[in-house]
Amino acid sequence: MTAKRRPGRYGLRFVALGYLAMLLLIPIGMISYRAFEHGFAAARSSVTTPDALHAFYMTIVIAVIAVVANTIFGVGCALLLVRSNFRGKALLNAIIDVPFAISPVVVGLSLLLLYGRTGWFGDVFLNNGIQILFAMPGMVLATIFVSLPFVVREVVPVLHEIGDEQEQAAETLGANWWQTFRRITLPAIRWGVAYGVVLTTARALGEFGAVAVVSGRISGQTETATLWVAREFGQFNTTGAYTASLVLALIAVATLLAMNLFKRKEAS
Amino acid sequence: MTPVAPGARAEAPPRPVAWPRLGGAALGRGLVTAYLSLIVLIPIAALVAQSIDGGLDGFWTAVTSPLAVSALKLTLISSAIVVAVNVVMGTAIAWVLVRDNFPGKAIVNSVIDLPFALPTIVAGITLLALYGTNSPVGIDIAFTRVGIVVALLFVTLPFVVRAVQPVLLELDQEMEEAAASLGAGPLTTFRRIIFPNLAPAILAGAALAFARAIGEFGSVLLISGNLPKTQVASLFIYAQIQSGNDTGAAAVSVTLLLIALVVLLVIGRLTHWTLRHDR
Amino acid sequence: MRTSFWKPENLASRTAGGGSRRRVGRLALVTALSVAVGVGVAACGSSSSDSGGPINLVAYSTPETVYDKQLIPAFQKTSEGDGAKFSTSFGPSGDQSRAVAAGQPADVVHLSIEPDMQNLVDAGLVDSNWDQNQYHGIVQDSVVVFVVRKGNPKNIQTWDDLIKPGVEVVTPNVFSSGGAKWNILAAYGAQIEEGKSPTQALAFLKSLLEHAVAQPGSAGDALTTFTSGKGDVLLSYESDAIEAQRAGEDVEYVIPDDTILIETPAATTTDASTQAQDFLKFLWTPQAQQLWADGGYRPVNKSVLDKNKDKFPDPPGLFTVNDPSIGGWEKANTDFFDPTNGSVAKIEENLGVSTG
Repeated sequence: MTAKRRPGRYGLRFVALGYLAMLLLIPIGMISYRAFEHGFAAARSSVTTPDALHAFYMTIVIAVIAVVANTIFGVGCALLLVRSNFRGKALLNAIIDVPFAISPVVVGLSLLLLYGRTGWFGDVFLNNGIQILFAMPGMVLATIFVSLPFVVREVVPVLHEIGDEQEQAAETLGANWWQTFRRITLPAIRWGVAYGVVLTTARALGEFGAVAVVSGRISGQTETATLWVAREFGQFNTTGAYTASLVLALIAVATLLAMNLFKRKEAS
Repeated sequence: MTPVAPGARAEAPPRPVAWPRLGGAALGRGLVTAYLSLIVLIPIAALVAQSIDGGLDGFWTAVTSPLAVSALKLTLISSAIVVAVNVVMGTAIAWVLVRDNFPGKAIVNSVIDLPFALPTIVAGITLLALYGTNSPVGIDIAFTRVGIVVALLFVTLPFVVRAVQPVLLELDQEMEEAAASLGAGPLTTFRRIIFPNLAPAILAGAALAFARAIGEFGSVLLISGNLPKTQVASLFIYAQIQSGNDTGAAAVSVTLLLIALVVLLVIGRLTHWTLRHDR
Repeated sequence: MRTSFWKPENLASRTAGGGSRRRVGRLALVTALSVAVGVGVAACGSSSSDSGGPINLVAYSTPETVYDKQLIPAFQKTSEGDGAKFSTSFGPSGDQSRAVAAGQPADVVHLSIEPDMQNLVDAGLVDSNWDQNQYHGIVQDSVVVFVVRKGNPKNIQTWDDLIKPGVEVVTPNVFSSGGAKWNILAAYGAQIEEGKSPTQALAFLKSLLEHAVAQPGSAGDALTTFTSGKGDVLLSYESDAIEAQRAGEDVEYVIPDDTILIETPAATTTDASTQAQDFLKFLWTPQAQQLWADGGYRPVNKSVLDKNKDKFPDPPGLFTVNDPSIGGWEKANTDFFDPTNGSVAKIEENLGVSTG
């Protein structure tokens, strides 16, 4: 039986791996070649200009804010969805998925319409000298939007799985909700949370479309790494663009490793 | 990642428990609502308001302008192609990863998530470096519709694979062996035994891939070349924003969002139905 | 049996009457918290727009190098510019104008076409007399040229050569790029100058856009597309062509006999600091004009231009946007670039639809 299916199996293996190689591996290899085409020193100096370093710094700061905000929200929201019942729960559930269904450019446009000079809140903020668009807050709002669902969606199934017997037991023994959360719930969901955090980080680090609309591309100020890559690509600095791409790809690989680690921990 | 289509979640009815104790839930509900309003709902409300700024007529005119129609059409057709390829290749890859054994399988398995972790603009530059004008392998698909499809295939790769994989892992192989011992060929076994079991997962993965594909921006930005014939909806919206046509941009955005939500909802229901139908 | 513990009536009975008061309290807390979140988000964005802040320069994409490497350092060495700090933003002209109108901080704006400046006048951000100086608000000029591969393998010399079979053209997207609009006006005007009728000139535009193999978002992206190997000819600013040659790219350029004089406007916004106004004035000084010339841009200062005459040959059929063949920006913007009724929009629609 298995012997009979052998050729088919090899064929399928060949097709699947060939597809992956063409689509993923060879292109990534090409990027490293292009980055170091003119030597390691050229690659290094192309991404260590103050603007480039600041762009990476911006990316990290924005990602950290987005991750913290969405993790706190995500855990709370997941608890709400799993451990309580209320009117509008299905709606809440649906709204959380909206960021999956929306184009990043549209996210940027929404913020533009809301906080732009002629937007609903535009006057209020601008007249008080508060810059939302073309500054950090707008970019943070955009990034939080696109990376919102991940923690919720990772924690909900874990909460379902662990059930609430232990939580109830803790309460019977007189623990308050914070103690219950800290001692019982959190340890049980920690790998789910960690996995969600990794996904949120990956999404936040790579965000491009939404921040492209609201950043205003002020060099050394409101430019993230992805925006920097896009701009340098159009400015004869292809080495810089490829090298920064490679750095981002390496961060992506590190993210993958973290994902695998947490997935394994979650499973065990 | 573990993609889950909305509605596809098998939800155990929550039991009435006193958790967290008094005060928590109402406060929590308020905070969650406030956060979602600030981040998601109010911006979308502003978008919808702008799209009907010139009345429903204005909305309709904007959405039915020839360039908007061709952009939406191109988006839907290329996304449909991408989903079809993903259903076949994604299932094949999942199959190879679960049922096959070869050296390096663990690495291949983790590489699947790379398109998710890789910034989309990097994905675009990457594909352009290999399949662009200076292609070292002699394949030039830059600034063509084929290029757009390839970029979309890249970013949507994980969805079907990651949806099918866990189901395939849990699938009982005894059924297949039984079918085989009753004389069914591999194709019949796949069609009659395996596929019905995988269908809900494939559908869920396909829905997410479709939703992702119709909104994709970063990876297609550089590869499309912005020609009228390669302008997908997200690029059209971006061009409209840049030329100051906010209403046109908002109208197409709302259309795009509605399509994505409807697809996610319908497939969610469908998956639900298939699951129930099976059991 | 699904009973909701959190239903108000359940809550009220459990807390024996204390519920409603608590709920009000909670509601207040929720409101307070959401306000706090909003203020917190806002607070980290409050920027100092006082006179002590940097000069915000918002400009179109191509002069980035000249500003960063030449003009800004030179200004900082003058007495007016002593200690001036800059924060710069470069991108497609239309996009930059749109962003400033939506609230991006800007003291000095330098755009590639006048209508983008008009946007800011309409938004009340730039004074309507911005062009009331001896240079009409224009800081530097350029011309539309054909950038070709080294040795000009397809022997492209005239506009008609662009629409020969098999010639691939790269020009930026007209909806976002000011440079693209100059290209279109140059192509159209050249036809009129050569004695064609407006209908024939529009037909030429149509075949030209049919030959376009890419329409990147900005002039800068178009240049990268071309230098990476796509296309036989790039329609571009003369200044970009010069910069590309300097960067060691294997390209050369041809100035067609009939072409348009590109005039790029700059202005300060209504609430710009004195130092920002000084910077704008500095851009017209002979020193700065020479720096523009060194960067490949044609100076608007006559004497500086004359000194650099050999670098910038005058094509015999040079025309401006105000010549009768075009009829001024206002007319051109409606006739050609109106997103719904403009002739270029119509051509693009046909290209999108016919192949769709």
